[in-house]
Amino acid sequence: MQAGEAAAARAVALDDATVAFRVADARVYTAVDKATLGVDDGEFVAIVGPTGCGKSTLLNVAAGLLKPASGAVRIFDAALNGLNHQAGYLFQADALFPWKTAIDNVAIGLEIKGVARAEALERAQAWLTSVGLGAFGNRYPHMLSGGQRKRVGMAQVLIRDPRILLMDEPFGPLDAQTRQIMGNLLLQLWTKDRKAVLFVTHDLEEAIALADRVVIMSAGPGSRIIGDWRVPLPRPRDIFEVRLDKEFHALHREIWNVLKDEVMKGYAQSAGAA
Amino acid sequence: MNRLTLLLCQMLVAVVFFGLWQLLSTVPLFGVTVLPPFFFSNPVDVASQVVAWFASGVIWKHLLITLWESILAFAIGSLGGVMVGFWFARQPRVAAIFDPYVKMINALPRVVLAPIFTLWLGLGIWSKVALGVTLVFFIVFFNVYQGVKETSRGLVDNARMLGMSERQQLRHVYWPSALSWMFSSLHTAVGFAVVGAVVGEYLGSAAGLGYLIQQAEGTFDVAGVFAGMIVLSAFVILIDLAVTLAERRLLVWRPTAAESRG
Ligand SMILES: Nc1ncnc2c1ncn2[C@@H]1O[C@H](COP(=O)(O)OP(=O)(O)OP(=O)(O)O)[C@@H](O)[C@H]1O
Ligand SMILES: [Mg+2]
Repeated sequence: MQAGEAAAARAVALDDATVAFRVADARVYTAVDKATLGVDDGEFVAIVGPTGCGKSTLLNVAAGLLKPASGAVRIFDAALNGLNHQAGYLFQADALFPWKTAIDNVAIGLEIKGVARAEALERAQAWLTSVGLGAFGNRYPHMLSGGQRKRVGMAQVLIRDPRILLMDEPFGPLDAQTRQIMGNLLLQLWTKDRKAVLFVTHDLEEAIALADRVVIMSAGPGSRIIGDWRVPLPRPRDIFEVRLDKEFHALHREIWNVLKDEVMKGYAQSAGAA
Repeated sequence: MNRLTLLLCQMLVAVVFFGLWQLLSTVPLFGVTVLPPFFFSNPVDVASQVVAWFASGVIWKHLLITLWESILAFAIGSLGGVMVGFWFARQPRVAAIFDPYVKMINALPRVVLAPIFTLWLGLGIWSKVALGVTLVFFIVFFNVYQGVKETSRGLVDNARMLGMSERQQLRHVYWPSALSWMFSSLHTAVGFAVVGAVVGEYLGSAAGLGYLIQQAEGTFDVAGVFAGMIVLSAFVILIDLAVTLAERRLLVWRPTAAESRG
């Protein structure tokens, strides 16, 4: 859709980004060390890594919520200063406003931009319908299931039509079947306008099934990006079907060989540190 | 236990209580009246006093005054508490400066302020309102302060990523969060508004339930004192009921609001 040059525009570019947190007694914990990562416009990139390695941290950096200690962040080839207004962020933890109904939670993104309430509600209703919750608009978040809340969260982010989508384990707490249904829903929505997506998951199969590229992070502290695979599976994909593909299995085995060691390392480290 | 048995049991407690009281204050036991009427009156006299008040209509004026004072104390105290609580929570430096003074004033038993308020504001309703305000203010203030400070980091981040300006965050995130904390102290705050009004009346006034009780005490009219207390209790229960109804409407979004309050 964009003016087609040889290379698509870089939606997100982290260049040698290092993130450190100040922890107790003035010590510094380096969570991510010199991460270099690019997401092209229209590209779907999945990040996989052991727990605590810094996946959420990377998304926070891309969102502009966290400033890297060193290194550069560029969004559509402009240095990021403050918040990344081009991005929609679906947080790992529930972040719906508990005092707003589902439809108000979705409509709020338009209302604050000055869209008239009636129109905002109408468009919010359309989005709720497209995530399969058309009849749940007047429920408060606590009356929805975990998966339904995630879907409302997705509508809340997507209604603003961000050019970049940051998703942090959006299907994290869901059961296997629901994950697949949600995955297909996400792909179906994404196919319509091909936003740049940075998608965090701890599920390697999910990453391969959804993404154009899979990025692996090493165990922390000072975790790095240790692998970057292109997923050669054709689109449109169906998550159920694609898992039966021979290429899928080959790629899975290849990536898992690398990831396995990191998972063990990460586990051993956090057990030893405790 | 179903509702009906529960209600019957609750009524049974009242029947036994008043029955014993009536019995012990009128029928001598081994030659002595256990509850001498001069000190304890008896339920029949108390009831007839209550009926007389309502029949003659004198009680309405007092009830209305007390109600009005309570409402004013509650409204002014909550408004102040919400605003100052909000302000302190958003300006940690201001909060740090005022912290010891807030604690000092809050530690002060409010009753000692009553004479001063009477001196400043006269015997009318405003000295009672002021007393109620000092009670309500601190409850609401502490709750709102805590509520705004503990507004979930995740919600604020989400609001920022959705593109909310500072003002929109105040309106859509901090404010509802603070209000929900204020409502969680609503019962206590309303109760204290009534306490402030009645204690103020009791210590010096010309009308109100507190005045009624104080008058009866002055003439050793024990039936009058008990009658005043009963009217006051009924009054507080009715107000509490109104608060519960308001709360149900305002906190529909909260999972436990309806269940946790009886
Ligand atoms: N505010 C903070 N202060 C100190 N340390 C932090 C802070 N936030 C994160 N960390 C540390 O940084 C590391 C990376 O955290 P992050 O949340 O990015 O992990 P993650 O990869 O998203 O893990 P998970 O898969 O469990 O969500 C962790 O070791 C964590 O303890
Ligand atoms: Mg995380």
